[in-house]
Amino acid sequence: MKYLDEYRNETMAQKIVGEIRRIITRPWVLMEVCGGQTHTIVKYGIDHLLPDEVELVHGPGCPVCVTSLEMIDKAHAIAQRPDVIFCSFGDMLRVPGSEFDLLVLKSRGADVRVVYSPLDCLKIAKANPDKKVVFFAIGFETTAPGNAMAVWQAYRQGVKNFSVLVSHVLVPPAMEAILQSPLNRVQGFLGPGHVCTVVGYEEYEPLAERYHVPIVITGFEPMDLLEGVLMTIRQLEAGTAVVENQYPRIVKREGNKVAQELVNKVFEVCDRKWRGIGSIPKSGYRLREEFREHDAERLFDVGAIDTQEPSICISGLVLQGVKKPHDCPAFGRQCTPEHPLGATMVSAEGACAAYYAYGRHLQAEKKPLQPV
Amino acid sequence: MCLAIPGKLIEISENAEGVRMGKANFGGIVKQVCLEYTPEVNTGDYVLVHVGFALSKVDEEEAARTYKLLEEMKQLSELDDPEAEDHLPVAPPGFGT
Amino acid sequence: MSDKGRPEEGGNILMGSCPLPLTNYQEIVLAHGSGGKLSQQLMQKIVLPQFRNELLEPLHDGAVFSIGGARLAFSTDSYVVNPIFFPGGDIGKLAVHGTVNDLAMCGARPLHLSVGFILEEGLPMNDFWRIVQSMREAADAAGVTLVTGDTKVVDRGKADKIFINTSGIGQVREGVSIDPKRARPGDKIIVSGCIAVHGIAIMSVREGLEFETEIASDTAPLNGLVEAIFAIGKDVHVLRDPTRGGLTSALSEIAQSAGVGMLLDEASIPISEEVKGACEILGLDPLYVANEGKLVAIVPSEDAGTILSAIRSHPLGVDAAVIGEVTADHPHFVLMKTRIGGSRVVDMLSGEQLPRIC
Repeated sequence: MKYLDEYRNETMAQKIVGEIRRIITRPWVLMEVCGGQTHTIVKYGIDHLLPDEVELVHGPGCPVCVTSLEMIDKAHAIAQRPDVIFCSFGDMLRVPGSEFDLLVLKSRGADVRVVYSPLDCLKIAKANPDKKVVFFAIGFETTAPGNAMAVWQAYRQGVKNFSVLVSHVLVPPAMEAILQSPLNRVQGFLGPGHVCTVVGYEEYEPLAERYHVPIVITGFEPMDLLEGVLMTIRQLEAGTAVVENQYPRIVKREGNKVAQELVNKVFEVCDRKWRGIGSIPKSGYRLREEFREHDAERLFDVGAIDTQEPSICISGLVLQGVKKPHDCPAFGRQCTPEHPLGATMVSAEGACAAYYAYGRHLQAEKKPLQPV
Repeated sequence: MCLAIPGKLIEISENAEGVRMGKANFGGIVKQVCLEYTPEVNTGDYVLVHVGFALSKVDEEEAARTYKLLEEMKQLSELDDPEAEDHLPVAPPGFGT
Repeated sequence: MSDKGRPEEGGNILMGSCPLPLTNYQEIVLAHGSGGKLSQQLMQKIVLPQFRNELLEPLHDGAVFSIGGARLAFSTDSYVVNPIFFPGGDIGKLAVHGTVNDLAMCGARPLHLSVGFILEEGLPMNDFWRIVQSMREAADAAGVTLVTGDTKVVDRGKADKIFINTSGIGQVREGVSIDPKRARPGDKIIVSGCIAVHGIAIMSVREGLEFETEIASDTAPLNGLVEAIFAIGKDVHVLRDPTRGGLTSALSEIAQSAGVGMLLDEASIPISEEVKGACEILGLDPLYVANEGKLVAIVPSEDAGTILSAIRSHPLGVDAAVIGEVTADHPHFVLMKTRIGGSRVVDMLSGEQLPRIC
């Protein structure tokens, strides 16, 4: 497949790793922000190819993992209603709420459906006028255009039985929260390539400058990640801290203006609670007032939600890159993909799940945490 | 985040509700995509698709240029670090201990 | 303790000391049927303890035993696939091939099948007719006879159109000894063709994917291919058809059964461009997607070349390839050298692989 296969090339991987080895003089801690990037790293064994001086920590770029427990419980409460068809991306189906997950609810008779695109839900809504179709609109800025279009089309076409439960999150505030934390060890970032496809990377420039960290906007194929690491290490070795674009075949500095326009028309920025991390100001999207008829959070009164997280779960620390999955006493024992205690084990993009799926619970970790 | 795949645009049309749609070919699989966010694309272009929406046109010139740079890197690293090959283990370190 | 749908959690569950499954689901969930870890646990914790006997122990595709000097194989399979008609086949064809193949994987010549139908009230007669015809064609092509059967009808809504069970008996070939425990370090692992075809064919109908060249299920009777392999007279250690749970489940089970490790080479695993494209779009890993008319053979390394040629000469094996080897390292685990030279462990999934957006 063009623009995929050529970025999965062994010889090229060796070249890039060779070059990293040639220029690196001391240990560095890098964070890849996106869950999709974590997935690629673990799937291809990239961190094992890199020299020991490079430590990759995994960021909170997994919207599934960071959707707040309250929101998950609300989703579950809505899904259980007999008049509702609850639509979701596949990723959300096994995320544990306080009591259930969507798959268990499905087994108990809830009408839960996996969709590939938010527009599919509109079709379902039109085909089932007597039901209320609710779509779980999670994601980072990448998914916002798709979700916005579904709402916009529902609004335009008067599809009254369609609504969305919005839990969008934004990357820059999360990165800033990590950078501001006294526990932070991250010295350079591989920035979120597909998020920046939509919003561009201008807003990362003040971050790079204020905190003096290089941020390299990186793609998702193995070559992209290796090149992203190389570019970040080059900057760290040179002492520079600017935003660079590793992924120029897709990402432009200004992003996709057309998409941004509709996203801003449908959504507005709000505070959001991140599972495992806590509330981060101005870090999410919610529907604007004009679209209240399609806002599931307003339409469904699901009552006061009392949430309980298992106390042993350290997914918050994993999401911030402070701990690795195998630092958690429950990893691979009480907490497995069959029996996840926290969202980072459930989502395919969660660091814990990725580590588990690619066998990390079976391997001793050879790279100790480096002092900064 | 976030799974997005490049595909070749083979058809452009408008659906019943006036939304600009198209069909993209992903290695032989043809899938419908919404083109509202990429008004500039034409058939034959490659687009990046996420949850059924084209989010960006693939800049083929840029791709070729940066890929060429990666290929040219070869000579430098081989000259300076001929032992690089030895560092690539087949089994991950520490496995089984 | 409240009656929750979710597994119990807390400090009283420690691996190794608790006889109950870690996954203490109060109800069956779909994942229990997907061929992954939960399926395995269901078998091991609930079914097997009730039926312990040496014929069941190997947990191979069928049971092999002797009666009056004849070595027989006996197997059963149930089909509940939705949609019941799909590119390349239908539920009836799958049901015949499924049991024929299980018997072939025991090293047996399939002889006779039984069929049990559970029909949902409201199933169009024409659909049932098509399925039965298809089963007859499949049985003829595989050289087996349907000798007994049963039909039940249940109320509308109590079965998804049609469920089919087939069971079968075959005679094990002289001198053949197929057993997952025979996999030994140094053996080569061969797959008979491109992977993930059936699962993607099914999903294409479900997800409304359109293909330039339609992806048809690879369902096929493998007994002819297996005959061709045995005809060259080499010793084959293990045969397995990687159905639900994909290549990974099949290899993991063998590795665990035999107490060996395996090392795969990602670049050697045959896969078609279209199937790869579909997997990319849906975010699926082809290693976990179901196959039908494909087999995995684990053979002594000195015979691997000859056996591979024999498979490739058969119409069902043209894309066969050696994809890895059995090793004494990392027993019970399957490792894979990735396309870019890295490495990862290929572990069984817990349940269904779901499409993802992340």
